[in-house]
Amino acid sequence: MSELHSETALDTAYVRTEMLPEQTPPVTVSGPIKWARENLFSSVWNALMTIISIYVIYVVLVAILPWMLNGIWDAGSLNECREIRDARGGSGEHGHDVACWAVLVDRWDQLMFGFYPSDLYWRPILALALFLTAIAPVLYDSLPRKMLILTALMPFLCFWLLWGGSIWTPIVVALGFVLGWAVVKFGEGTLGSMLATIGAILVPILFWMYLTGPLISGLHSILPIGIQAVESRAFGGFLLAFVIGASGIILSMPLGVILALGRQSDLFIINKCSVIFIEVIRGVPLIVWLFTAQLLLGYFLPPGSNFDLMVRVIIMVTLFSSAYIAEVIRGGLAALPRGQYEGADSLGLNYWQSMQLIILPQALKISIPGIVSSFIGLFKDTVLVVFIGLFDPIGFSNAIRADTDWNGIYWELFIFIGLCFFICCFGMSRYSQYLERKLATDHR
Amino acid sequence: MKKSVFLGTLAIAGAAAGYASAQDGGTLAQVQERGTLNCGVTTGLTGFAAPDANGEWQGFDVGVCRAVAAAVLGDPSAVEFVPTTGQTRFTALASGEIDLLARNTTWTFSRDVDLAFEFVGVNYYDGQGFMVPRELGVSSALELDGATVCIQTGTTTELNLADFFSSNNMSYEPVPIETNAEAQQQYLAGACDVYTTDASGLAATRATFEDPTAHVVLPEIVSKEPLGPLVRHGDNEWGDIVRWTLNALISAEELGVTSANVGEIGGTTENPEIRRLLGTEGELGAMLGLDADWAANAIAAGGNYGELFEGNIGEATPIGLARGLNAQWTDGGLLYSPPFR
Repeated sequence: MSELHSETALDTAYVRTEMLPEQTPPVTVSGPIKWARENLFSSVWNALMTIISIYVIYVVLVAILPWMLNGIWDAGSLNECREIRDARGGSGEHGHDVACWAVLVDRWDQLMFGFYPSDLYWRPILALALFLTAIAPVLYDSLPRKMLILTALMPFLCFWLLWGGSIWTPIVVALGFVLGWAVVKFGEGTLGSMLATIGAILVPILFWMYLTGPLISGLHSILPIGIQAVESRAFGGFLLAFVIGASGIILSMPLGVILALGRQSDLFIINKCSVIFIEVIRGVPLIVWLFTAQLLLGYFLPPGSNFDLMVRVIIMVTLFSSAYIAEVIRGGLAALPRGQYEGADSLGLNYWQSMQLIILPQALKISIPGIVSSFIGLFKDTVLVVFIGLFDPIGFSNAIRADTDWNGIYWELFIFIGLCFFICCFGMSRYSQYLERKLATDHR
Repeated sequence: MKKSVFLGTLAIAGAAAGYASAQDGGTLAQVQERGTLNCGVTTGLTGFAAPDANGEWQGFDVGVCRAVAAAVLGDPSAVEFVPTTGQTRFTALASGEIDLLARNTTWTFSRDVDLAFEFVGVNYYDGQGFMVPRELGVSSALELDGATVCIQTGTTTELNLADFFSSNNMSYEPVPIETNAEAQQQYLAGACDVYTTDASGLAATRATFEDPTAHVVLPEIVSKEPLGPLVRHGDNEWGDIVRWTLNALISAEELGVTSANVGEIGGTTENPEIRRLLGTEGELGAMLGLDADWAANAIAAGGNYGELFEGNIGEATPIGLARGLNAQWTDGGLLYSPPFR
């Protein structure tokens, strides 16, 4: 090819012998201008729309940005804010108000921790750090697998850090899970898999119902180790939202998987129980379940038994969320081709093995977007507890307004609360997209 | 209708639970054994109950809770404040979750009789009023024909409003809103000409406006809203304690006993009623099953009725409510405590 080229170069005098240096393409067909031409001004109509849109964005930002950026951070009350603003001449100069962020500074502790004792703030913070560390190996499988031990211990440690009290409470409760595991491990050979499964459910429940109380008080009287106990009533603000949200998410996932499998099951009673549970829970609004937890349970329980309101709420939120998760996962199960089930059977795997090794990994992968979107919904739904008198961030925004110092302040609190929720929910959404890309094995 | 049936059912169930709990010792014994008083309050109402920046509950209703705790347990801080909403307050009381509800609750026939509660008295006489921008030039509620009115849905104020306008042959256009916060925004944005709610709420709302003088609260009060603490039916001893603690606060103002002088006046005064009230004479405390200085403790907790009023909602506070109907009967008000004898 190059030989042919050089020959023609000899014949024709005005053919270049060397390559021209590379030139940048004309500005109109490259870089931002090309992008803008193609995306924003590709036709007269589009150009018009672009200009109108930019104008609208400009108008909105001009109205909001000075209000937000000139906000006052250092004041003791709304009236002080107004005085500072007037002293600055803010109202006249900009033609409108400025934000009074000082309320966030003044009530930061309440918005974050509620009535939690202020000298113990390190405990929820440590619990959050522990939670994030413990959940990391679940979210990212590049981390060492040994960290999963911490993940298994995390719920008990977090519980102990948040509520305090005797260290024996979480240990004895954890012992129940160890018992259940032991029944499966050692009972399978002697009892058979069916009985071992039933035993693994019954033994811990009986243990928690009848033995836990005396065991805790007994151990505590022998070896009283503990930290200052904090009542559930002291929880509030984002601490409350996180505790309810995180407990609901962690607990509803396994429950949802079990319900989804139950609904697919051929065993009549298990199947019907799952169907009834899912349909009843899903058929009633969450707020009704919360009222049930708050109002009706008080009557059904024997008088004097003080069943913690927050635990009741967590149980209701978990049950509610698990019904939705179950339906999302059932969608994933239904999407699997019949051949996957048959393939698992043909390998001679039993039910649990085939679920664990073949069916669930695929079904869960398909269900990721739905599951995460359920979790985001669950996390945001925690603000509904405001209607049963718990002080979540929205509840506190009302309580803060009831103080004469801050009565009349709206946007600042709601913007802050909204921003915090957005950060959490956006994080969850991004993680689910990352997970989808990572697990994508199909051919697109 | 359905709601009242539902509440009634709950109340009956609650009454049953109440009798069951009464059998194991009565509320007084339970509170003393527990060492704290569970007192139901609002989740936040300006001047009446709200947590301050340190998480301490403050307010006029909170003062009643603290006085009862001081009378029963000798310690005004031995109170667990249980925030309740309009929906949860009655069931919380009926189910025994709280011992006492001090949550600006209007004393009405059906709540007293049908829901099986006992209102022990009135700590604030409220009534529904109207607020309008001054620039409208309205001086009486009778000039409001054809006005748009911001009104909280599902409250007695909504019914009172309809009654008032129809009985005066006037028409109005309601702008339904859900919360007081929303109402303030709508009213300031000009979505309605008039905002109506309880007069104390109007005063508190007006106080937060940038320019309170640009709005006037009209003189007409169109409803009776006697607000008071309440307890369950079926435990009269406990009801007596709360009733007479409230009466002690009112009597103390009438007799000139304040939180400043309550320590020594019982010993120095010659007035036999003060001596009986403060326990330096007679056996009134023992009749209630309490210590002789129960009333002195209650008064020392937050002061007498007048001090509580002035400290939380009175004219020196940003809310700036005048005593009005809530003055002592000797000053032309409705506060009238039966004698301590």
